[in-house]
Amino acid sequence: MFGDYSLGDLGAIFAMQGFAGLILFSVYVLMALGLAIIFGQMGVINMAHGEFMILGAYVTWMTSNAVQQFAPWLFPGYFFIAMTLAFIASGALGMLVEWAMIRHLYKRPLDTLLATWGLSLILQQAYRSVFGAREVGVELPEWMMGSWQATDSIQIPINGMFVMALTILITIAVAYVLFWSSWGKQVRAVVQNRVMAGAVGINTEKVDRYTFGLGCGIAGVAGSAFTMIGSTGPTAGQLYIVDTFLVVVFGGAASLFGTIASAFSISQTQSTLEFFLSGSMAKVITLLTIVAILMVRPQGLFALKVRK
Amino acid sequence: MINARFFNRSELIGFLALAVLLFVILPLSLDIFRLNLVAKYLTYAFVGIGLVICWGYGGILSLGQGVFFGLGGYCMAMYLKLEASSVENTKIQSTPGIPDFMDWNQLTALPFFWKPFHSFPLTLVAILLVPGIFALIIGAAMFKRRVGGVYFAIITQAIAAILTILIIGQQGYTGGVNGITDLRTLHGWDIRTDHAKFILYFVEVVLLFACVIAAQFIRLTKLGRILVAMREQEDRVRFSGYSVANFKIFAFCAAAIFAAIGGAMFTLEVGFMSPSFVGIVPSIEMVIYTAVGGRMSIFGAVWGSLLVNFAKTSLSESFPQLWLFGLGALFIAVVLAFPNGLSGIWADYVQPRVDRLFGSRKSGWNDNSVADGAPAE
Repeated sequence: MFGDYSLGDLGAIFAMQGFAGLILFSVYVLMALGLAIIFGQMGVINMAHGEFMILGAYVTWMTSNAVQQFAPWLFPGYFFIAMTLAFIASGALGMLVEWAMIRHLYKRPLDTLLATWGLSLILQQAYRSVFGAREVGVELPEWMMGSWQATDSIQIPINGMFVMALTILITIAVAYVLFWSSWGKQVRAVVQNRVMAGAVGINTEKVDRYTFGLGCGIAGVAGSAFTMIGSTGPTAGQLYIVDTFLVVVFGGAASLFGTIASAFSISQTQSTLEFFLSGSMAKVITLLTIVAILMVRPQGLFALKVRK
Repeated sequence: MINARFFNRSELIGFLALAVLLFVILPLSLDIFRLNLVAKYLTYAFVGIGLVICWGYGGILSLGQGVFFGLGGYCMAMYLKLEASSVENTKIQSTPGIPDFMDWNQLTALPFFWKPFHSFPLTLVAILLVPGIFALIIGAAMFKRRVGGVYFAIITQAIAAILTILIIGQQGYTGGVNGITDLRTLHGWDIRTDHAKFILYFVEVVLLFACVIAAQFIRLTKLGRILVAMREQEDRVRFSGYSVANFKIFAFCAAAIFAAIGGAMFTLEVGFMSPSFVGIVPSIEMVIYTAVGGRMSIFGAVWGSLLVNFAKTSLSESFPQLWLFGLGALFIAVVLAFPNGLSGIWADYVQPRVDRLFGSRKSGWNDNSVADGAPAE
C-alpha cells in the first residue's frame, strides 16, 4: 500500500494524517477525560455522555449567535465565554441527573448503563425538538480561520491547533484538581474506600454529586471545542460514545494517564490507516485491534493495582 | 435435577394464556398485515428469551445480541437471495446468477462464503452454528480471562459496532446499508403471499414455544441454579469447584442461538435483512424489551417484546416525536422503579389480589395483562 508514494510524500502524508489524528485525539481526550472520571472513579457507565457533550456544543452555538447579535465587539473572544457557559450548563445538568437518577443506582453499574441510555434518548429527542434535526455550525472568529504553512507540503489548520492547546490545558487542570487539590483527594478517598471516607468526615454524597458534575462539565467543554472543528446535530454524540468507552477501557479505567495514552494510540492508528484504506475499514481494523488487545489484557494498558 | 413439575401452577397458567393468545386469539382477530407485524415483534421475543437466560439468570449483560440476531438473519437472507437470483431471474445482469448488488459492485463471481448457502440444509445448520461458534469464540476469549460485567457489555457493544461498519463498508459482499432485499421464495415456496405469511406466523409461534420450553428446561435444571449462584457469588461457585467460565460461555452461546433463530424468522417474516438490525441501537432496544418484560421471566420477555413494539408502532405512527421520549422514560422508570419489569409488577401486585379474589385454589387471568409466573428472585 506504500508503493505508489515517494519517501518525501510519505513523510508529508504521515505528518498531515498525524495532525488530523491529533485533532481526533483531542476530541477523544476531552470526551474520555469526563468519562474516565465518571466511569473510572465512580464506576458509573454514562451512556448519555455524548449528549452532555452535544449540550455544550449547542450552548456554544447559542452563545455565538447571541454575541454576534448583541455584542459584536466581543466576537473574537466569545469562545471563552461559551466554554464557561457550556461547562456550567452540562455540569448543572449532570448534577441534576446524579441527584434524580444515578445516586439510586451506585450498587448496580449495569443498570446505570441502561438508565443513562434512556436519558440519552430523551436528550436526543429534546435537542431535535428544540434545535431541529439539521446540523448547526458556529461561525469562527477570523483569527481562528486559515492554516499555518509549516513546509511546502504540510499545512496545519489553526483551529485544530487551538483545540489541541485547549485539550492540553484542560488535561492539566483536571490532573491538578484530581491529584493535588484537597477536593480531588476527597474524591480519590471516596473511590478507594467509601465507608472509611465517610467515617473520617467526608460528605460522600456531595463528593459523588460534584464528581459527576465535573465529568459532565468537561464533556460540555469537549462539545464546545468540538464546534470549532465540526458541525453539531442531535445524534452527533452517539457517534463517539462507543469509541470513547473503548478509549477509557483500553487505557485502564482508573488511570488518567492510560486514558490519554490510549486516546493517542487509537486516534493515530485510525487516522493513519484512513489514508490508505477506506474510512470504514480503517475503523474496523482499529476497533478489532482494540478488542483483541482487550481480550489478551482485560485490565487495559495501565491498570491500577488494587487489592480486592 | 429437574423439579417434580416442569411448570408450577402459575407458570402453567402463564404458559396457557400465552398459547391461547398467540395460537387462537391473535390469528382470529387480526388481519394478515397486523398478524405479520405481531410476527415481527415476536422475533425479538427469541432474543428476549436468550437475554433472560444470559442476563437475568447468568448476570451477563450482552449489548451485542443484535450481532447474533443479524448473523442468523443474514444466513437466512443469503439463502433466499441466492434462490431469488437464479440465472433466469438475473439474465439482464453482466454476470447472471449472482445477487444483484454484487453485480452493481462489479463482482463477477460468487464469494466463497456465499457458496454453502445454495443448500437449504446447510443454511439451516449455518443459522445455528455461525452465531453459536461466534459466541463461543467471544465467550471463550472473554470469560476464560475473567472479563465480565461492565467490560463485557462494552466489548460486546464494540463488536456490534464493528460488524455494522463492516457490513455497510463491504457493499459488494453484503449488500451494504440497504441490506439484502428482494427475497422471494423459500425452497421454491413463495413467502410473499398472505397464505405464506399466515403459515410462517404459526411456524414462528411453534418455534417460540420450543425456545420457551428449552429456556424453562435450562432454568429448572442444576444448570440454571448454578447460573443464579454465579450471578450472586461468583467466587464461591468457583471455589466450590465449578468452572465458572464454561457455564458463562454456555449461557452466552444459548442466548446467541435463540437470537439467531429470531433473526432467521425475522428475515422470513419481513422479507429483507439490513445492518439496521445489527448495530448498537437495535441491540440495546432488545435489552429494553427484556427489561420491560422482566429480566427474570421467560414469559415476561415475550410480553415485553410484544407490548413495547406494539407501543412503538402505534406511538411512532401517530406521535413520532413522543416515541423517543416515551421509550427513554420507560427505560429509566423500569430500571429505577421496577427492576423486575412487568413480571415483577405482576408477581408483587396483581398475583396476590387475583389469588385472594379467586381463592387459593383457582387463579384467573385475562389476556391483556401480563401473565407470568416466574417469581422475582
